[in-house]
Amino acid sequence: MSSTIDQRIAQVLTANESEMLADWLKRQQQEGRTRYDEAEAREKSSQFLKLFAAAIQNGSLEGVGPQWQDVYDMLADLSRNRAQQGFSPSETAAFIFSLKQTLFDRLRREFGSDSHGLVDAVWTASNVLDKLGLYTTEVHQKRREEVIARQQQELLELSTPVVELWDGILALPLIGTLDSSRTQVVMESLLERIVETSAKIAIIEITGVPTVDTLVAQHLLKTVAAARLMGADCIISGIRPQIAQTIVHLGVDLGTVITKATLADAFRIALQRSNLTVTRTQTS
Amino acid sequence: MERIPILKIGSYLLVSIQVDMHDRLAMTLQDDLTEQIVRVRAKGVLIDISSLEIVDSFIGRTLGNIAAMSRVLDAQTVLVGMQPAVAITLVELGMSLPGVRTALNVDQGLALLQTAIDQGDDGAGDGH
Repeated sequence: MSSTIDQRIAQVLTANESEMLADWLKRQQQEGRTRYDEAEAREKSSQFLKLFAAAIQNGSLEGVGPQWQDVYDMLADLSRNRAQQGFSPSETAAFIFSLKQTLFDRLRREFGSDSHGLVDAVWTASNVLDKLGLYTTEVHQKRREEVIARQQQELLELSTPVVELWDGILALPLIGTLDSSRTQVVMESLLERIVETSAKIAIIEITGVPTVDTLVAQHLLKTVAAARLMGADCIISGIRPQIAQTIVHLGVDLGTVITKATLADAFRIALQRSNLTVTRTQTS
Repeated sequence: MERIPILKIGSYLLVSIQVDMHDRLAMTLQDDLTEQIVRVRAKGVLIDISSLEIVDSFIGRTLGNIAAMSRVLDAQTVLVGMQPAVAITLVELGMSLPGVRTALNVDQGLALLQTAIDQGDDGAGDGH
């Protein structure tokens, strides 16, 4: 019973291919609104119809199994592309769902007065198209998540540069809020650079840190303590008046850590510690 | 029994820890080192831990104790070459070893010892 329905659906698909393609494209155009790209849609749609018909003929309408691999591959490719172009998930899924009406119209004509057969056929076709539609959404989502994960990683790397100001003097300009995972990255990259450059002084510049609460202060102190254990001294610079007030109000004890208002002051101390001086050259 | 060698260089003692420290070894080092300091009247002790990759709270505390004992025996102690991972671990364990001098490598450690001894510092300072 079910195999005859499968065959009849496959027949409908192959017999009316060009007609269905035209109808389907029209529906896509209505749904796709501004993003509709005639050439691309035509190519993808006809490719899908061929693969879809082939999958039904070779396998079943279950929508699973190796015969469907080509269909899934093609849809995955399509969803990924559309996700990259900024399509929304529903716009991507509309590609499949807009085929429903077209297919059901043809099925109605094919089955005529055989209402039992028609219901069965619509049910099976609807099932498999839903499955495929959901799959496009899934791939779309996965693609978006990949983008988010990559951006997160990039942000993490971007935000923790360690720069060498002078021989043996490092600076770590911090921008943005410090949380535990970022502190870990900051601490690690600073300590690595201290080993690499044998720097004796590291300046932690916190002008770009919007707020310093007890947790952030603790993270900073941890970094300073770790650097000291390795034999490098830290200076914290760029403390804004607002932040100085917060630190005192919160009762945070910065202990023996040297703090300076500006990076220039911190650099001056660092030079002094390294027995270096900056002098103005004689102008003629 | 396994022992960590203690080398005498001038009036300094150099301890280079090349193996993973276990508790017994740390205690032995503590005994040996204090004895050696008294025997050779060392003015300074340099502990090189650049090959040490794993520490626990006991080893961390022992290192701190050794430094404190040396100071009591009038020898300045400098801990040199701590690995980043070890430093992070110790800080996370809440042991920032206050009062222990640190340096990046043996060179800088020697220079630090020299200045500390010249100044007659009591070593309990801030490690600069």
